[in-house]
Amino acid sequence: MSEDRTEAALRQELHRIAPDMEIEDIDREGDLREEFDIDSMDFLNLVSALSKSLGITMPEEDYDQMGSYDAMLAYLKAHTS
Amino acid sequence: MTEDLIGKSADDKARANMQDYDVERASFSWDKARAFLDGLPGGRLNIAYEAVDRHVVHGRGEKTALRLIAKDESATDISYSDLMRTTNRFANVLRGLGVEKGDRVYSLLGRVPQLYVAVLGTLKSGCVFSPLFSAFGPEPVKARMEIGGANVLVTTRLLYKRKVAPIRDQLPELKHILLIDGEGPELGLLDLARLMDAASTEFDVVATEPEDLSLLHFTSGTTGKPKGAMHVHQAVVAHNYTGRTALDLHPDDVFWCTADPGWVTGTSYGIIAPLTNGVTMIVDEAEFDAERWYRILARNKVNVWYTAPTAIRMLMKAGAELAGKEDLSSLRFMASVGEPLNPEAVLWGVEVLGKPFHDNWWQTETGGIMIANYACADVKPGSMGRPMPGIEAGIVERTEAGAQEVTKPMALGELALRTGWPSMMRGYLHEEARYDKAFSNGWYLSGDLAMRDSDGYFWFVGRSDDVIKSAGHLIGPFEVESALIEHDAVAEAAVIGVPDETAGEIVKAFVALKPGFSADEELQLSIQGHARKRLGPAVAPKVIEFRENLPKTRSGKIMRRLLKARELGLPEGDISTLESDEK
Repeated sequence: MSEDRTEAALRQELHRIAPDMEIEDIDREGDLREEFDIDSMDFLNLVSALSKSLGITMPEEDYDQMGSYDAMLAYLKAHTS
Repeated sequence: MTEDLIGKSADDKARANMQDYDVERASFSWDKARAFLDGLPGGRLNIAYEAVDRHVVHGRGEKTALRLIAKDESATDISYSDLMRTTNRFANVLRGLGVEKGDRVYSLLGRVPQLYVAVLGTLKSGCVFSPLFSAFGPEPVKARMEIGGANVLVTTRLLYKRKVAPIRDQLPELKHILLIDGEGPELGLLDLARLMDAASTEFDVVATEPEDLSLLHFTSGTTGKPKGAMHVHQAVVAHNYTGRTALDLHPDDVFWCTADPGWVTGTSYGIIAPLTNGVTMIVDEAEFDAERWYRILARNKVNVWYTAPTAIRMLMKAGAELAGKEDLSSLRFMASVGEPLNPEAVLWGVEVLGKPFHDNWWQTETGGIMIANYACADVKPGSMGRPMPGIEAGIVERTEAGAQEVTKPMALGELALRTGWPSMMRGYLHEEARYDKAFSNGWYLSGDLAMRDSDGYFWFVGRSDDVIKSAGHLIGPFEVESALIEHDAVAEAAVIGVPDETAGEIVKAFVALKPGFSADEELQLSIQGHARKRLGPAVAPKVIEFRENLPKTRSGKIMRRLLKARELGLPEGDISTLESDEK
């Protein structure tokens, strides 16, 4: 999968959960949950939507690699290439 | 209903503060409970003095009061002496700003050190504290600050910008805004750290009367605005006693209450009960993360852990293997609150962690734990346990002659409590009629439906109203509906709770559109975004569905109950008042 498609998928799923947030307005290295104002439930929904749309497994023990937008993106890229 | 009784060993009982439930209940009095506290001269009492200063007076000042775990997992310890000095500084900051006894100080903060300092410093100064959940959006923040007449707010630059700036001109009583991370460009945004540095570490704790207001906690009803439950300093007698009895807190314990102080559990048991019992308490700044939580339990050798069903179910989902990676042998007592804990979760505790979770029950209005499973007593998985010593609970029916107790075992009725314990709310602020409606024939009516078995254990059945309980938090459907209909496209909205295996319930909204709008994904996301902006992620609906029309009574009231019955595939019940049906 191309890098652009990975990022598009991340943006789309984030938009579905937090449609009031603009990626351009957030700190991409800041705390993902804080920047997008999402709670634990939203985060779990995000992970399950991403693993479905990208066809990858995203186990609990990897959650600490998904702390910011950029970290999440890097994680997804590493696991979809 | 399961009968897998979990018994307790002689060792369990011998180690417990309360070793025999019946004996303790028979000999208990609130005067005896009060004797565990120091009090102030002249029969006065201040929560913060009991929580902090008296430990220093008794030579325990060097003990760690709080261990704050930052997002990066670095830990900062604050001793009781440090806490005394910093809360004195905060009280002096308030005094320096001209804030007077009885004024309302609010916080809108995550679980950062300044929150704990602000709560205790405010109480020392004789002011009333109201903690707001940082995941609230501007609407819930505004409603709670308006009702309480907030005079001071402690927050961060980001939370101010996102949640307070848009509504600030609607809060005329709000005089001072203290930012914990610097000063703001706008008028009245003060740098708390600078004010603290300049303030003295000496302060004479205000000798509050036992009946002086201390905390204002907001809770949601079915209709109308959130209700501000007023609590008094004397509540500390119950916080201290229930901490010792229902949570079995010993002075050498390391205790972790995972609740946020924005909700009543995080204040009563995330601040007051542990500190008045002189324990070391853990505060984790980050949100739920299974691996991180196990690490915190293991590294800090947590002995007593108070958490919530949603979190336990998320741990169950994460798997037993993860729990096995850490040494959790320090755990002695585990308790849960917020919504009924399903029997599987209690038993999972036994299988995976070697101990059962002890479910307990209470509400914002009751101020502290009322019904509990105890360290010394058998646990019936799925039951909330038995009433605290000093508390008389009953199942009642509402009749024309008021509440009448039903004593037949397993009869369904409303869970009610005989009035008169110290942490009972003293009123809903400015809402006397709503307060009065909560009482009948000497009973406080909880709004929860329950049953009592022949051993005196209580079993939760459901809510008697439309209030939604998601992840342990009460959410008023009216507050959500009000925000939804502010969207340009929405004609009417109805909000219900639908079952969710992790959160208990999630908020689901049905909306009917104004003419000219089409029900598509784009509009759904626009409404979702609007609701999140207004309400914040904790309150906004997780699911939005379109309807052409919502079921209504002749008087035009939307029948949430009918929508819920249909959603769950349950019988529709009495629909004689239905005038205009769902489409």
